[in-house]
Amino acid sequence: MNEKRKNSTRSGSNFKWVGEVTPRPDGVDKVTGRARYGDDLKLPGMLHARVLRSPHAHAKIVSIDTSKASALEGVKGVVTYRDIPDHPLATPPYPPIIQDFHDLSRNVMARDKVLYDGHAVAAVAATSEAVAREAIKLIQVKYETLPHVLDPFEATLSDAPILHEYQFTEGADPDTSKPSNTFRTLSGERGNLVQGFSEADVIIEREFSSQPVHQGFIEPMACVASASEDGSVELWTSTQGHFVARGLLSKLLNLEISKLRVTASEIGGGFGAKTTIYGEPVAIRLSQKTGRPVRMTFTRSEVFRATGPAAGSRCRIKVGIKSDGTITAGDAEIWYQAGAFKGAPVGRALDTFFSPYNIKHIRAAAHDVCVNRPKVAAYRAPGAPMATWAMEAVLNEAADVIGIDPIDLRLRNAVKEGDTSLKGTKHGRIGLIEVLEATKNHAHYTAPLGRNEGRGFAVGYWLHGGGLSSASVILQDDGTVNVATGSPDIGGSRSSMRAMAAEELGIDVKLIKPIIADTGSLPYSYQTAGSRTTYATGMAVVNAARDVIDRLRALAATKWDIGVKDVRWDDGHAIPADKYEGEISPLSLKELAEVAMKMGGAIAGHSEINASGQGAAFCAQLVDVCVDPETGRVTPIRHTVIEDVGRAISPDYVEGQMQGGAVQGIGWALNEEYIYNENAQLQNTGFLDYRMPVASDVPMIDTVIVEVPNPNHPYGVRGVGEPPLVSAPAAVANAVENAIGTTMSHLPLTPPKILRAIGETIPEAAE
Amino acid sequence: MSKHFVSAIVNGDEVEFRCDSGETLLDVLRTKLYLTGTKNGCGTGDCGACTVLMNGRAINSCLVLGAECSDMSIETIEGMAVGGELHPLQQKFLDHAALQCGVCTPGILNMAKALLKENSNPSETEVRFGLAGNLCRCTGYDKIVRAVMDAAAEMRARRT
Ligand code: FES
Ligand code: FES
Repeated sequence: MNEKRKNSTRSGSNFKWVGEVTPRPDGVDKVTGRARYGDDLKLPGMLHARVLRSPHAHAKIVSIDTSKASALEGVKGVVTYRDIPDHPLATPPYPPIIQDFHDLSRNVMARDKVLYDGHAVAAVAATSEAVAREAIKLIQVKYETLPHVLDPFEATLSDAPILHEYQFTEGADPDTSKPSNTFRTLSGERGNLVQGFSEADVIIEREFSSQPVHQGFIEPMACVASASEDGSVELWTSTQGHFVARGLLSKLLNLEISKLRVTASEIGGGFGAKTTIYGEPVAIRLSQKTGRPVRMTFTRSEVFRATGPAAGSRCRIKVGIKSDGTITAGDAEIWYQAGAFKGAPVGRALDTFFSPYNIKHIRAAAHDVCVNRPKVAAYRAPGAPMATWAMEAVLNEAADVIGIDPIDLRLRNAVKEGDTSLKGTKHGRIGLIEVLEATKNHAHYTAPLGRNEGRGFAVGYWLHGGGLSSASVILQDDGTVNVATGSPDIGGSRSSMRAMAAEELGIDVKLIKPIIADTGSLPYSYQTAGSRTTYATGMAVVNAARDVIDRLRALAATKWDIGVKDVRWDDGHAIPADKYEGEISPLSLKELAEVAMKMGGAIAGHSEINASGQGAAFCAQLVDVCVDPETGRVTPIRHTVIEDVGRAISPDYVEGQMQGGAVQGIGWALNEEYIYNENAQLQNTGFLDYRMPVASDVPMIDTVIVEVPNPNHPYGVRGVGEPPLVSAPAAVANAVENAIGTTMSHLPLTPPKILRAIGETIPEAAE
Repeated sequence: MSKHFVSAIVNGDEVEFRCDSGETLLDVLRTKLYLTGTKNGCGTGDCGACTVLMNGRAINSCLVLGAECSDMSIETIEGMAVGGELHPLQQKFLDHAALQCGVCTPGILNMAKALLKENSNPSETEVRFGLAGNLCRCTGYDKIVRAVMDAAAEMRARRT
C-alpha cells in the first residue's frame, strides 16, 4: 500500500500528525469485540420491543385491536398511532433533508393509512423477544386495501392512485386544484437552450431508469430507551447524528430538549440512512408506558422494508456538443421516488447534472414524487449518482461520436475557480483539472484490454456539507487530553480529530483520547453526513485546541508575570519572547497542566461553529469489467478511484472511504435493486436476495489521493466519503457498454439485461 | 416450553446455560453470556457477522441452536486476543485499516482465522472466496484482503 501512495499526487507537508498513519483510537476495541454498538447495551429489567408491520402497500386502517396481545403473559406495553403525537402539516417543511413532523409521525406509526409494505402499525414491549414476536401476531388490524403505485413517473399521471389527499404540488407553477403525488418540482435554468442546441454539432438524447437500492449497513437499527417517571429520557442509539435525533424526537414526542439525553453507540454503518429516526420514538413511548428500559432492534427484513432506501429514478437528458468537444447545452429532467412521504433528494440532483462542466445554456428539473415504497433516506451523496450517470453516459457516448478522448472532452469543459454552478455556487480553488489529469496519466487508462473486456470512465461532483459542529478539548492534569465532539464516528473520524488536535497542541497523538460526547455534554452538532465531519467538526476541534493554547499562554504569562503577547506556543511548549531568553525557561503542556490546577483552575477549550466554505470536490473512476457472453455476468477486474480530498488527514482511512464507495457503486450498477411482486410487497428482504458485492465479486480498488488544499480549512480538508459513490455506478455502467458495444440505460445491469442487449436468448430461469 | 440445559466450553471456560429450543447460539452468546462481540447482521446466515468457531470450524452462530452446543468448544472474538496480546490477524487489521465501522470485523476475523488454519498461504483469490460469506459494506474488501494475507505471512514467519 505504501507503494500505492507513492502514486498519489499528495502534496508534501511539514505536519507531524496530519497526513500520517496513526493507530486508530477505537481500533483495538473493534477487533476484540469490546466496542458497544446499538444492540450491545443491556439494562436491568430491559424489555424487548417488536413492531407489527403492514403487509399491504396501500390500505386504509379500519381498526386495530390490541387486546389479545396486551393480555399475553409477559407483554408489558403496546403502542399504536394513538400513542404518537400528531402534528400539523408544516409549510414550508424543514430543508435540506425534509422533515415534516406530520409525515414523520405517520412514518413512525401509520395513522389513517398504511402506505407501503412494511409500514409500522403497532408495537409491543415484552419480557423476551420471543414473547414480543408472539404478541404482535395477536394484534388484529382490519384493512381496506387501495390501489398502489410504485413507479415515480406513473405516479405523476392523472389516473394514478393518490397517496396523500392533502398534498398539492409545490414549485414554479403550483397546482392547488387537485391532490398530487408530486410534492414539488425543483428546476433551474440559465442561458438560452434553443441557442445552445443550435450551436451544437452533435445532440445526444437518452432516457435512464434505476431501482431503489439500500444503504446496506451491516448493523440493523438498534436502540435502548429508558424513560424516567420524572419526565427525563435516556436514549442509546445507533445513529449518524444524536443531536439531530434528539431534535426530531423532542419535537415529535413533545419532550423538553434538555431532558432527553441521547448517546450515540458505536455505529455499524449508516451511509445516510441513520441520519433520521425509526424505532426510537416507539421505544421511548413503550418505555414511558411500561416504566422500564426498552430495547428496539430491527430485523434485517425490517431494515429492507422500512428504512432507507435510496430513491429509484427515471431520467431523460439531452446534451449538445460541438465537434471540438465544447458542450453547448444541457437539458435534464429526473423523477425521484420519495417513497411514501416527500423528501427525495431533488436539490442535489439539480446541482449534480451539469456541475462539473462550464456550460452556457442549461436547464434541469427534478420531481419529488411519492409512491408506495418506504420513505427514502439519504444514501451517500443523495441524489447525485443517478444524475451523474445520465450526464456521464451521454458524454462518453458523445466522445465516441465526435472521436475525442473522453478525458480530453471533460478537460475542455471542466469547471475551475471562479465558475458558477447552476445553483449559484461560485467555486473557489477546486481540483477537477488535477483529478482529470491524474486519471489520464494513470497507467490504468492506457492498459491493454482482453477479450470481452471493457473500460469505463466517469467523473462526479459533490458539494460537501458544512454546518453546525462543536468540540471541546479538555486538558487533564497529567498532561493528557480528551477531544470531545458531537459527531458519531463511522469510519475512523476520531483518528482525524486526534491528529488535528495533536498537530495544534504539539503533542503526541498517544496522549490524546478522542470521544463522542452525548447530547447533554456538548452543544449541537449536525450528523456525520455529507462528508462534513472532518471538515466542519475538524475545524471546531482546531478552534478548541487553539482556545486551549490561548489559555495556556495566558497561564504561562501570569506565572511568569509577563504580558501574554510575549508568550508564544511552539511544539507543545509555552515559550517566552526572545527578550526573556535565558531568564525564563519554556513550560511544556504537561507542566502547565499541573500548574493550572494550582492557579486558575482546569483548562479546556471549546468551539461551536456553523462551518461554511467547504466547497466542491471531484472524483473520477476507471473501471475494467469482463462480460461473460454466455451468462451475461459482469465481473469487475480493475478499478481505480481518483479523488481530490483537499488534504487527507488520515490517508489510510481516506483510501478506505474511496474503496468502500466504489464497491457500493459496483453493487448499485450491477446487482442491487428492490424487487416487488404484483401486490407491491417487497420480495428480496434479505441479503441472500438483495445481493450486495461480496469479497469474491470485486478486485482490489486502487486509489489516487489528489490534494488540492481547500483554502477555507486550517489543514486544507474538503471531505472524502460521498464523491466515490457519485461516479462509481456511471463508470461501471460505461465499462459494460464498452465491453458489449451497446448503450445500457436501466440499472442494475443484471445478466438477463446484458444477454438481451447482446441479442442472446435468455434461459427462462434467468428472467 | 421446556428448557434445554447445556454445558459447553466458551473461549476455554466452562459455561452452563438454559435455553429454549428455538434459541440460537447467537442469542445465547449475546443475551445469556453477554458476549456481545458476536454481531447479528441478519439472523439468516447471509452476512457472516455472527461467525464464531465451533470445535475449530467457522460457523454462522445464527444458524446453530444453543441446544446443539452441548460439550462443544466455541471460540468468539472475545477469546481471540490472549493474555493481553492481539492475534496477528487483529493486529494486521489495525495496521492495514481493514475496518471502518467495525461491525463486520469480529465475524471476518473468525472466518479468516479458520481459513488460515486450513490454508496457511492463501492467494488473493482464495482469501476472497474464503471470505465470500462475510459482508462488509464499508471497506470494499481491499484492505481486509491485504490484512489477511499479511497476517498469514506473519503467522508463517512466526512458525519457522
Ligand atoms: S447474523 Fe448470522 S449470518 Fe448474518
Ligand atoms: S467495516 Fe463496516 S461493515 Fe465492514
